[in-house]
Amino acid sequence: MSGEKITIYIDDVVVEAKPGQTVLEAADEAGIYIPRLCYHKDLVPGGHCRVCTVKINGKPTNSCTFPVQEGLVIENNTPEMIEARRRIIEMLFIEGNHICPYCEKAGNCELQALAYRFGMTAPTFPYIFPKLEVDATHPDIYIDRNRCVLCGRCVRASRDVDGKSVFGFEGRGVNKRIVVNADHTLSETQITAADKAANICPTGSIVVKRVGYSIPYGKRDYDLEPIGSDIEKKRK
Amino acid sequence: MAVDQKQTIKEIVQNFGKDRHLLMDIVREVQSSFGQVSNESAHVIADTLGIPFVEVIDMVSFYSFLSRTPKGKSVVRLSKCIVDKMHGMDKVAKAFEKEVGVKFGQTTSDGKITLEYTPCIGMCDQVPAVLINNTVLTNVSPKDVPGIVNSLRKGEGLGTQDTDEARPDAQIELNLRQPGPVIFSPMDRGTAIRTALNMSPEEVINIVTNSRLRGRGGAGFPTGMKWNFCRKAKGEAHYVICNADEGEPGTFKDRVILTEAPDLVFEGMTVAGYAIGAKEGLFYLRGEYEYLYRYLQQVLAHRRHLGLLGNNVGGKEGFDFDIRIQLGAGAYVCGEESSLIESLEGKRGAPRDRPPFPVTKGFLDQPSSVNNVETFCCATRILEKGADWFAKLGTKDSIGTKLFSVSGDCKKPGVYELEFGITVDELLQIVGGEDAQAVQVGGPSGNCIAPKDFGRKICFEDLPTGGSFIVFGPKRNMLEVVREFTEFFIEESCGWCPPCRVGTTVMLRMLDKIIEGKGTSRDLDELEEVCNTVKTMSRCGLGQTAPNPILTTLKNFPKLYSSLIKAEDYIPTFNWDKALSEGITLAGRGPEWEGEEL
Repeated sequence: MSGEKITIYIDDVVVEAKPGQTVLEAADEAGIYIPRLCYHKDLVPGGHCRVCTVKINGKPTNSCTFPVQEGLVIENNTPEMIEARRRIIEMLFIEGNHICPYCEKAGNCELQALAYRFGMTAPTFPYIFPKLEVDATHPDIYIDRNRCVLCGRCVRASRDVDGKSVFGFEGRGVNKRIVVNADHTLSETQITAADKAANICPTGSIVVKRVGYSIPYGKRDYDLEPIGSDIEKKRK
Repeated sequence: MAVDQKQTIKEIVQNFGKDRHLLMDIVREVQSSFGQVSNESAHVIADTLGIPFVEVIDMVSFYSFLSRTPKGKSVVRLSKCIVDKMHGMDKVAKAFEKEVGVKFGQTTSDGKITLEYTPCIGMCDQVPAVLINNTVLTNVSPKDVPGIVNSLRKGEGLGTQDTDEARPDAQIELNLRQPGPVIFSPMDRGTAIRTALNMSPEEVINIVTNSRLRGRGGAGFPTGMKWNFCRKAKGEAHYVICNADEGEPGTFKDRVILTEAPDLVFEGMTVAGYAIGAKEGLFYLRGEYEYLYRYLQQVLAHRRHLGLLGNNVGGKEGFDFDIRIQLGAGAYVCGEESSLIESLEGKRGAPRDRPPFPVTKGFLDQPSSVNNVETFCCATRILEKGADWFAKLGTKDSIGTKLFSVSGDCKKPGVYELEFGITVDELLQIVGGEDAQAVQVGGPSGNCIAPKDFGRKICFEDLPTGGSFIVFGPKRNMLEVVREFTEFFIEESCGWCPPCRVGTTVMLRMLDKIIEGKGTSRDLDELEEVCNTVKTMSRCGLGQTAPNPILTTLKNFPKLYSSLIKAEDYIPTFNWDKALSEGITLAGRGPEWEGEEL
């Protein structure tokens, strides 16, 4: 079975996929970029952010968890999907308190890069302005919840890769937050700056201290080319 | 933490076999023993179970009946469903605040009483209703409040629910207005099981398939097909799960079934167990219905005594099947089948991505069939009376009868068992709600219908419903209703995905702008677009239906909105004067912008 090919169609491009791949993985391999935020290749998919939603045989579905099947017809780069994804990115901006112009993650931030890719300048939705906590107690790592998008990467990385379960969620709905595996602060946990969980945040929410400006603004990943370019370069 | 308290918590965990999947039972017991699940308690639970502390916090912080800070000995939860509000809830709330001396959301300094609001508790036919610990009081009026509060202060019981197991509804009106042939007709225990056991499991599934029974929760998935998928899926074990997490505002039919005909449900679950090859049935009962718990346990015990549960059920060698009741803890989203499974596993009720579907990977990743209370009842009858008998009822694509939970502005609120295909008009006449300006069919997640559509039929092919039918009389402010429903979804969103977590709040703020008379036609368009994004992009049914109150009223009552829309091209949402008021007061002058006062 391993040599078997599965044919799927992404925006009229014929894609040869391998059994066991997800739609997103198959698209990546074919050089088709499906925008995503909570997905990370080293982690089990979380299905949180919905940015990778595509229409699969007409039905909106997140591509990071959907296994390829013969003959799937997938709408990815359509005006409807692009617009819906842009709105999700906007929602993430107004849900937090983002400080792009002076955030140390600017230029390497996946949220900011997606906003640029979708042509978002400033959010049009009413800001929520939540009161959120910063935890800088750990000697090497800090959490700024103002910039958290609740993608759960840190939760999955710490649990599944580091084997520490340093992070978890608390509460529900608009009051959902990232919490740490301790009574109070990050300094009481087992996390180290070398952990996957400390280095996998797509935004400037979980940051390793004292390295933020080692690459100057203007020379960072998404300053040079739009997010997704690395995938699109693979396109034959 | 006191040593003995630590010991008690350890014992609680041990009494549940140190089983991580029973975390819900564990934390519920800790909550009821100590009035909270403190961080210290969470550490003891986590250490005894051998799981990270943060996993306990993640779970506990999700459910509204669990709390990390101390609650009063008596927790007064006043139902703030729209139907309660329509019938004087606000006055009852004021009476409680006056009598108890604290505001809602607070606890008395002596730790005796906490006042809280809670979403619909399934008593819409006898509002206002209040849940005090496990006891339900209905038709509460402000004059009842001093007596209630006095009893709570003295630590007296509030009635018969805790003691009278034979009639759990002693203080709750049944309001079964119209029994029908499928659910509310006499039953002979064990007949359906014996009929099933005389056939092969495949034959049982065939009968259910041929009856064309569809799920009664609202989505209408063919039950026979679901059982068939589940039976065929490979796994170490198969599970039958009954969804009794009846949380859709305005729905209370399961409450009446579980009071009047619980055997019908358990019999259906047992038949399903035989059909799909399960040894265990899980019955997920919403926390609000805890007053039914002991009664249902008695019914189960009696069925074991009759040989209808346990080993060799119905005398059939090798067919072992039993049912465990799992209580929930206040989360509407757990009515969504994959959230319900997560909750059954002792986790927060966050939905799962599909595929895989529960029929292949459900409870503990094993094939599981999740069906509604009413669906199991139908299955029992189909086995008793045959698929042909059942197929004579209803419409072409909606076979059988449906239970309607009718509430709101009508003379005879209650439960009605009627054939599918009845029109909204006909139902309004039966219940005495002829002057309705609108009807909410299927609860907030359903459809708000205007008189022009009252000729439509209630069935899967036209107006589908899980049973909620809320009538709004001519004087009701429908935008207020829409607002309430949208707030409900904001509170009940699990928060997993941003379209639902954030989008519902965005929807409300945009709606408020229009209600406040500051909306332009562009705002109206944007509101609709955001609603469509939430509908399209959300992970589960909660988010996908959360915009329905707005979208269905936009469609069916466009004037509600258009009459409020202003002619200006743009009106700011942000109020400068208000935002700067403190500074203006301090400076004694307002800001200037290009020479023009803002």
